[in-house]
Amino acid sequence: MSGVFSPGRAKIKERTLRTDKWWIEPAITFGVLFSFIIYATFRAFENANYFAEPLISPFYSPCLSTACQDGASLIGQPIGTLAIFGMVISPALFILIFPLGFRMTCYYYRKAYYRSFWLSPPACAVAEPHEKYTGETRAPLIMQNAHRWFFYAGLVFNVLLTIDAVLAFRGPVSEGSEVMEWGHMSVGTLVLLLNATLLWGYSASCHTCRHTIGGRLKHFSKHPFRYKLWTRVSILNHYHQQFAWVSLFGVAFADIYVRTVSIHPSLNFYFF
Amino acid sequence: MTRKLNLRIWRGDATDGALQDVVVEANEGEVVLDVIHRVQATQMGDLAVRWNCKAGKCGSCSMEINGKPRLACMTQVASYGDDETITVTPLRAFPVIKDLVTDVSFNYRKAMEIPAYEHPKDLAPGDARMEQIDVERSQEFRKCIECFLCQDTCHVIRDHEENKKSFAGPRFFIRIAELDMHPLDMLKNRKRTAQEEHGLGMCNITKCCTEVCPEHIKITDNAIIPMKERVVDIKYDPARMFAGLLKRDKRN
Repeated sequence: MSGVFSPGRAKIKERTLRTDKWWIEPAITFGVLFSFIIYATFRAFENANYFAEPLISPFYSPCLSTACQDGASLIGQPIGTLAIFGMVISPALFILIFPLGFRMTCYYYRKAYYRSFWLSPPACAVAEPHEKYTGETRAPLIMQNAHRWFFYAGLVFNVLLTIDAVLAFRGPVSEGSEVMEWGHMSVGTLVLLLNATLLWGYSASCHTCRHTIGGRLKHFSKHPFRYKLWTRVSILNHYHQQFAWVSLFGVAFADIYVRTVSIHPSLNFYFF
Repeated sequence: MTRKLNLRIWRGDATDGALQDVVVEANEGEVVLDVIHRVQATQMGDLAVRWNCKAGKCGSCSMEINGKPRLACMTQVASYGDDETITVTPLRAFPVIKDLVTDVSFNYRKAMEIPAYEHPKDLAPGDARMEQIDVERSQEFRKCIECFLCQDTCHVIRDHEENKKSFAGPRFFIRIAELDMHPLDMLKNRKRTAQEEHGLGMCNITKCCTEVCPEHIKITDNAIIPMKERVVDIKYDPARMFAGLLKRDKRN
């Protein structure tokens, strides 16, 4: 017997004496994250309905494979068309490791999924079910220290998705035309802009951003500009959890929207 | 207004014990420590409870109230429903001595293991000066009243007794952070020892320490995560790796 049942500790048979509904938060977190994982997996393997010029789904951008739909590749196609057992590998699978890695190693999501998926612990002062615990000191969880690598990669993705949003200010010359010209804006433009904005918010509020921008300093007073930046990022950092959730919903919504428009192009309403 | 309150108090010692029900009067505005004292005065003369300031500043009356680590002197009886039974137990991460009193000496041993501040050799005592913005950062950590509620709720030791050997706990991570962020601290390897000797890597950021802190210190966001990031600086930072700068910084 270990943990709260260890010899010498107060002999109480309950794993927790909490009387509030402590299980609601991890249950909701589990439900939402699991739903996203199912949807994202389906979309990553679907390999279709991700491009409706000028809109591209964030799950498939940048599209780096020669298997990408015409016009969907923003920065070229350095990866050929690869196949396993005759099935073409979806272009999404070449890139999703980066945003996935960024979120998996995120300090907020760590709290969320350690509590809701791994029950370590399920809630504060609620005994966890595991016999042993070594934290993030050995493989595979020591890989959480790669968060900074994914943070830098995430910034590159933010730039590319922002360019996608800018490119969405194009529109067809006339109804049904495939020729695009600048100076148009549709609902899809707003959706991609919103998605890029939320992703920038998520990155800017990140603990690693807060650290690299100024948190690592020993003397704030010797670096007044970085100190000022640090105070601004610290304000954003306070809302990192909220940014984590809304940006996740933003990505899913942008993908759903692009998928819908790619199937029914007439649904993308143009303001001008 | 006075009302009857149903209280369940854990009574016993390291060998055995049980929750005992008691009905006690509670007056408007009283805190849980008040009604425990009333029980002690009227019904259980030998009830052991540790307390001191009754103002949330000494950290003595730490216990678990309805399963949550809290200060009894800062927990209003009125925050519970009229028909609700309030269950009071000792801290469950530490050995119990008697009734609501636990042996928290684990924390004092850990405190002794944290290397102290090291003053610059070329700076005479009294000549040190700090700017306010440098002071403010660690001032937050100095609010700690050493109630050890964060230590009690941390599942690393609460749920795994064997980890007490290698894990200092959140209270001492804020101490390490405070020193590491001190502009004049000259101790080498503070980050590395935080990771390798004091168990910083065992923390999985579930933020329970922050949730229970009565001083509202942002333990995770302002101390533990910054320390984890400082460890990344010296051990896992890609920019430093690529630049070949991973060799130990003299002040790390």
